[in-house]
Amino acid sequence: MTSLLDVENLRVTFPTRSGSFEAVRGISFSLGRERLGIVGESGSGKSMTGRAILKLIRKPGIVTADRMQMGGTDLLTASEREMRRIRGRHASMIMQDPKFSLNPVMTVGSQITEALLTHEKLSRAEARKRAVAMLDAVAIRDPERVMSLYPHEVSGGMGQRIMIAMMLIPNPEILIADEPTSALDVSVQLQVLEIMDKLVTDRGMGLIFISHDLNLVSNFCDRILIMYAGRIVEVCQAGKLHEAKHPYTIGLLNSVPDLEHPRPRLDALQRDPAWREAPSVSALT
Amino acid sequence: MADLSQTPGGQRRLPVPRWLKKTAGTVLTVAVTLLGLLFVTFMIGRVMPIDPVLAVIGERATQAQYNEVFRELGLDKPLIAQFAIYVNDVLHGDFGTSIRTGQQVSEDIARVFPATLELATLGTLIGVFIGVPLGVLAAVFRGRWIDQLARLVGLVGYSMPIFWLGLVGLLIFYGILGWVAGPGRLGVFYQGLVPTRTGLLLVDSLIAGDWTVFKDAFSHIILPASLLGYFSLAYISRMTRSFMLEQLNSEYITTARVKGLSEWTVIWRHAFRNIRIQLITVIALAYANLLEGSVLTEIIFAWPGIGQYITTSLLANDMNSVLGGTVVIGTIFVALNIFSDLLYRFFDPRAK
Repeated sequence: MTSLLDVENLRVTFPTRSGSFEAVRGISFSLGRERLGIVGESGSGKSMTGRAILKLIRKPGIVTADRMQMGGTDLLTASEREMRRIRGRHASMIMQDPKFSLNPVMTVGSQITEALLTHEKLSRAEARKRAVAMLDAVAIRDPERVMSLYPHEVSGGMGQRIMIAMMLIPNPEILIADEPTSALDVSVQLQVLEIMDKLVTDRGMGLIFISHDLNLVSNFCDRILIMYAGRIVEVCQAGKLHEAKHPYTIGLLNSVPDLEHPRPRLDALQRDPAWREAPSVSALT
Repeated sequence: MADLSQTPGGQRRLPVPRWLKKTAGTVLTVAVTLLGLLFVTFMIGRVMPIDPVLAVIGERATQAQYNEVFRELGLDKPLIAQFAIYVNDVLHGDFGTSIRTGQQVSEDIARVFPATLELATLGTLIGVFIGVPLGVLAAVFRGRWIDQLARLVGLVGYSMPIFWLGLVGLLIFYGILGWVAGPGRLGVFYQGLVPTRTGLLLVDSLIAGDWTVFKDAFSHIILPASLLGYFSLAYISRMTRSFMLEQLNSEYITTARVKGLSEWTVIWRHAFRNIRIQLITVIALAYANLLEGSVLTEIIFAWPGIGQYITTSLLANDMNSVLGGTVVIGTIFVALNIFSDLLYRFFDPRAK
């Protein structure tokens, strides 16, 4: 399998007054044309990992790694100018809540065409046509009308589909989805996921799916990284999650209620301080 | 296609009553505000320890003369009737006669207000065109030298008394360097050379095509306008900076960066568009502040504007002029507020 992204020993550090804080502590993984899930609790460093790949960690955060290679580009030495060509065109990201991630004073249409026009030389009319087609591809009815709407005029599920359209329109090879359905109503979560899945699979893209929902990820991804305190504690094939060995993974699985086997009390996760210091598991292929 | 063009049209037809209701609401609010303003100025005129009759006839008049003028001024009527007469007069543009100048107050104000308008407009333009970019840069380069510079500029603007800066400015740029003209609106040789059309000397001289007058007027106005501009710049840049910081931390900015947009586009097309709405209010307020007529600046620069007019009238116990001026300024304040409200609706899609 050709790899789209190789990351070795990635660290994200925030210098603070009382020493530095490491949000991501030396993780290694690679991404092929697959759906890679990253699961972990809040603060485990999963979102930071996503943003570090695009080098969008806010100052004063620092990204270091032994290797960070996307296609033929070395991300570590890439200038900001080169990174801008990579962002959107080669790797894109969908964030949690479309209410905040869409610009409130720009129309849907101008935000989508902007994503396209940044990377391709096209006439406005042509870009508009492509945007309408893209909205159609994410199952939005009456895309012509939606083009002229503002973000506050669309629902959450629709907003997230607009985000997907916007991020996929320049045809990137990698999509990072950072909790793309957490802010949505349960009733539309699956619909949005299916649309995303279909587009990603049809285009043969690599997907990094960041979530705290282990069940969702196991149904939806090919391979799962379980992160804890900035490190990878376990790597699983999605179908073999029940074979997971690490106590943290087992604990996460046990803390989810199961309709078919109801339990009077859910297990609380018992944390072992040794997990924090255990070396990160490599997820390179 | 036919179906598409119908949908927005149909939607637009529905909110018409709401739009009407909104307009009616605005008109009502304005009417009540203005009536309140008139009431307050009227009461000020009545509670001031100045006898309006004595101000007209002087100290040495007889009791009979006093009584006659007392009736002429309508002071024998009940207070509520006096107020009704006052409102009616004001609505007809009649603020009474100025005791000091002997002219209609409305004519006086029409004469002095353009001077203030010209000064305030130029001052606000300077404040906006320097203050807004400075505030944006300070937010983008937070904590760097440009941010410190903006903070220093703001601090000096907030803490220096304007009369002191005005005097020092005159000393340096007029007295020592001779770069600008001194106090007043126009040099004595240029008075009355161009016909008065708008009362704004810069505009009038341009209309007349008289470049020498324009240059002289500009040379007179630039120092006081820069001074006022500096004070509104201090305020505008501080506000711009904090609005921009708030926007630059939002998620949609990350989205814009993920798209691969240049920093310039992220800042101006995405972040700045979102602060325009708040910025309008700030600028309108700063402008209204300057339109009030900055008394100190107008006195130091011998600028015949409304601030100086009201102050001089007050010192001469000329209440008609003071109240007239106050009403005009209050009305301008209300008008600017409505104007910024309208701009709000234009710039913010959520307010439509």
